[in-house]
Amino acid sequence: MIRRLVRSWAIDTQLVGLVLMLTLFGIAMIYSAGVLNDPSPVTTGAWMRQLVWLGIALVAFTVVSRISLRWFEWATLPGYVLAVILLAATKVIGTGSGTAAGVESFIDLGFIRFQPAEFAKLATIFALARYLGTRADEPTTLKSLVPPALIAGLPLGLVLLQPDLGSALAFVGILFAALFWAGTAPWLLLLLASPGVALILSFDTLIWSGYFVVLVIFLYLYRYRLYVVESVSVFLANLAAGTIAGPLWNSLAAYQQNRILVFLDPGVDPRGAGYQLIQSMVAIGSGGLTGKGFTLGSQKRLDFLPEQHTDFIFSVIGEELGFIGTLLTLIAFALILYRLVSMAAEAEDPFAGLVIFGIFGAWLVHIFVNVGMTVGLVPVTGIPLPFVSYGGTFLLMSWVAVAVAARVAHEEP
Amino acid sequence: MKAHHPHRRRRRARVATGLIGLVIGTIALQFFRVQVLESSGFKLQSESNRLRPIPTPAPRGTIYDRNGLIIADNVPGYAVYVLAAPRDSMKASLRRLQPLLDLSDPRIELLEGRIRRNQPLLVDVDADLGAVAALQERGSDFPGIYLEMRPKRRYRSGAAIGHALGFVSEIAADELALPRFADYEQGMLIGKAGIELQYEELLQGTRGVRILEVDASGRLVGSFAGREENPSVPGEDVQLNLDLPLMEWINSIFPDSMRGAVVALDPADGGVLALYSAPTMDPNDFVGGIETDVWDELSNDPRQPLFNRAVMGRYAPASIWKLAAAGIALDAGVIGPTEVMPEPCNGGITILGQYRRCWKNGGHGFLDLAGAIAHSCNVYFYQLGVRVGLDNMLEAGTRLGFSDLTGIDLPQENPGIFPKDRSFWVDVFGYRPQEGEVLSLAIGQGPNDQTPIKMAQFYTALARDGSAPAPRLLKGPPPTDSWRLDLSRRAIEELRKGMRAVTSPGGTAYYRTALEYWDIIGKTGSGQNPQDPERPHAWFAGMAGPPGGEPEIVVVVLVEFGKSGARVAAPIAAKAADFYLRRKYGIPIDTIQTLAEHVEAGVPAPWARW
Repeated sequence: MIRRLVRSWAIDTQLVGLVLMLTLFGIAMIYSAGVLNDPSPVTTGAWMRQLVWLGIALVAFTVVSRISLRWFEWATLPGYVLAVILLAATKVIGTGSGTAAGVESFIDLGFIRFQPAEFAKLATIFALARYLGTRADEPTTLKSLVPPALIAGLPLGLVLLQPDLGSALAFVGILFAALFWAGTAPWLLLLLASPGVALILSFDTLIWSGYFVVLVIFLYLYRYRLYVVESVSVFLANLAAGTIAGPLWNSLAAYQQNRILVFLDPGVDPRGAGYQLIQSMVAIGSGGLTGKGFTLGSQKRLDFLPEQHTDFIFSVIGEELGFIGTLLTLIAFALILYRLVSMAAEAEDPFAGLVIFGIFGAWLVHIFVNVGMTVGLVPVTGIPLPFVSYGGTFLLMSWVAVAVAARVAHEEP
Repeated sequence: MKAHHPHRRRRRARVATGLIGLVIGTIALQFFRVQVLESSGFKLQSESNRLRPIPTPAPRGTIYDRNGLIIADNVPGYAVYVLAAPRDSMKASLRRLQPLLDLSDPRIELLEGRIRRNQPLLVDVDADLGAVAALQERGSDFPGIYLEMRPKRRYRSGAAIGHALGFVSEIAADELALPRFADYEQGMLIGKAGIELQYEELLQGTRGVRILEVDASGRLVGSFAGREENPSVPGEDVQLNLDLPLMEWINSIFPDSMRGAVVALDPADGGVLALYSAPTMDPNDFVGGIETDVWDELSNDPRQPLFNRAVMGRYAPASIWKLAAAGIALDAGVIGPTEVMPEPCNGGITILGQYRRCWKNGGHGFLDLAGAIAHSCNVYFYQLGVRVGLDNMLEAGTRLGFSDLTGIDLPQENPGIFPKDRSFWVDVFGYRPQEGEVLSLAIGQGPNDQTPIKMAQFYTALARDGSAPAPRLLKGPPPTDSWRLDLSRRAIEELRKGMRAVTSPGGTAYYRTALEYWDIIGKTGSGQNPQDPERPHAWFAGMAGPPGGEPEIVVVVLVEFGKSGARVAAPIAAKAADFYLRRKYGIPIDTIQTLAEHVEAGVPAPWARW
């Protein structure tokens, strides 16, 4: 009886169960993040606020998971337009908030503040699914990748203006996930990604030259599969990316430059930009196999950990629960991601599969970048960890995404 | 729709599953490396994160006098800290300390305002030894309190050197805002005046760091004192030109009831042998925060003991400036060193269409330069002034720095007041000056106010060859001359001859300045002042040295409302010069120095020339 009730509420017990567990675990860790020797009002009560947000999220989940897939399809276009308008409005009336005070990514409605970027991610997932799901065939030419790239590129550009690099990466993840699930050939995805690669590699002329030779050979080998215009534009885009890298670098804010330099070598600025990374790694490393115990992390308690309840929550997990704790958390995330992949694979309806896989793409980027930055795998970027990091809008939208995924999978015959 | 054929979907799902494995696997591997393989290194770093650095001030550089005697050094003192803790418990610690350290309520409020997250709070830079003993004894009653031994300034013979040395005190908020003190932190002691401020950067040294170990809850563990991680580098020692015994001597002979200043310079290099201002103050009172009542007493005293008269007090130079007028005239070549002025002094003279009186009604008759200086004859100097001319007088006076600073190495000095050109009268008095203004200037009157240090610098030129370096407190190579007068040897001899007449038998100052072993020459002056016309400020500016030799000390004495330069100021100068020269030549010190003192004490003075 109860099991049936739960099942009918949760729709997908496995996914919802895992996510609920993770959210409660996250609230516990947010509570621990607030246990400092010198408590700060910002972190002390954060876990209670997150608990309230979970309540809101559960209500949203209950409602959204009962909305038919067709309603979502219908709402895709207006939703996307609204998301873009909100993002553009953020540029004008946006405010910073709390630890992200420097980034104007919030809209303040007086009674509530939310981040349009989180809504825009979901809207973009839908828009891409709608567009790609209605194509008769999978994209086989670069040209056919242009419309989806524009759909994702518009909100991506707007969040970059905030400037919110973390969310921008999530949009990249969403785009590639959607294209991949639409059946786009991997080599086409590589070509699409190539200007980005060129941009990154251009810091070293020699490496960039080598990369360029490989690119030209690649274009030559695939010459019969590509239009001349496409080859030329890929070539030019790569050339352009390599050329603008310098000016682009100079246009970055000093703190952004530092974060990248520090990623390459944390020692360059141990008191400044390298501080976060070094302190985070010290916290995680000193946690050892079994950790220092819940709420007992000394790095955290003595306030050495930056942003310990938001972007660096995983450092608290690492310090207090040790490798065992981090491994279990990672397994939970792996299971959630795997569940999404399975759901997408089972979805007969292309729109449904694309939506689920788009969510997969966004979360994968969030998890990889957020957890990776705490141990120096990726540069420090302001991007939260789904279900665990403190943050109302993000938790709400993550749960809405769960509801959508569960609903979409549920509707499959 | 072949892209969404179940077979194709499953293939993509396998790729995606592989991607999950790759991403999560990579992360897990990195965590395994950091948390298991390299954990010990990070544990060590985490431990060191629990070490709290506390800055340790460097001992301030010792200040020596010209003979190597210590003027200022350091003795051990104790600073009290409240260690970083939650704000409320830090506040509670402060309240517990309040009665012990005798902290006032406003002080507690000030300290509470300084509490910063994770920063130890400096409560008292110089705790009372009794309180220190109590804190050490009852350590457990005062958790989170840290005592630090830190050197504290001590001034030997405090009052004698107060104005020259200045003092140290805790840096103030407005000083912290200055670019000069950009590297300084709250709670540091800095020089506030005098030498201590002038050479602050030399004396301060470099702070060290003491590491305190705290447990995960921020409480002090391990040794109470922690360990010195980065030892402080003591400030540089500084040697001054000051002569400490001379300063003490001047402090002891300057009349207690009088206000004034004494400046002694070494004519060899402009080195400041003594710089004294009365009433004086004791810089030891300021160490570790001055008591409120002492401060009130000092700052409300109408005698202004905090005011350094030697470099900041400006007084009408009166007759002692006649030497400057003479120097300017000789430099310009408008008088000859031995030339007799054509008009005799008949108690006055009609000059530039006006009648001007001499101070002596009977008149001085015909005078040459030396005679005019000896008798301080106004009539001679009126004629000299006319020859120089107003514009030249202003130009030359300005060139000799009478409207400027001497450039002594002290943070506070007032420039002299002297018209740079004729516009001065227009700006200050609102009228265009007539040529006749030169008459007043030539006898040291008119718009002319000078500091004792400035007058001492001028007399140094007369004790040398006409050149005058900036007076300097720091021992070192003499600075370049700030100006020089083009005076022939003959001219200098005549000027000194005039001054010698003042202190020779028959001169006004002989009786009170004559010394057994030394030649002393000089000029007296009575500076009229608006506060009390009946009691002019008493000046004496002179120099002394071995008989027949060059002067070895220049002394200027100013006594406010002293009335008579010869009776009040001159003996102080003579006694100071005698003390300095006796020590220099190894002659035993005697408190009975001048002829007048011998006579009063009934001690025979066979060397006296009656």
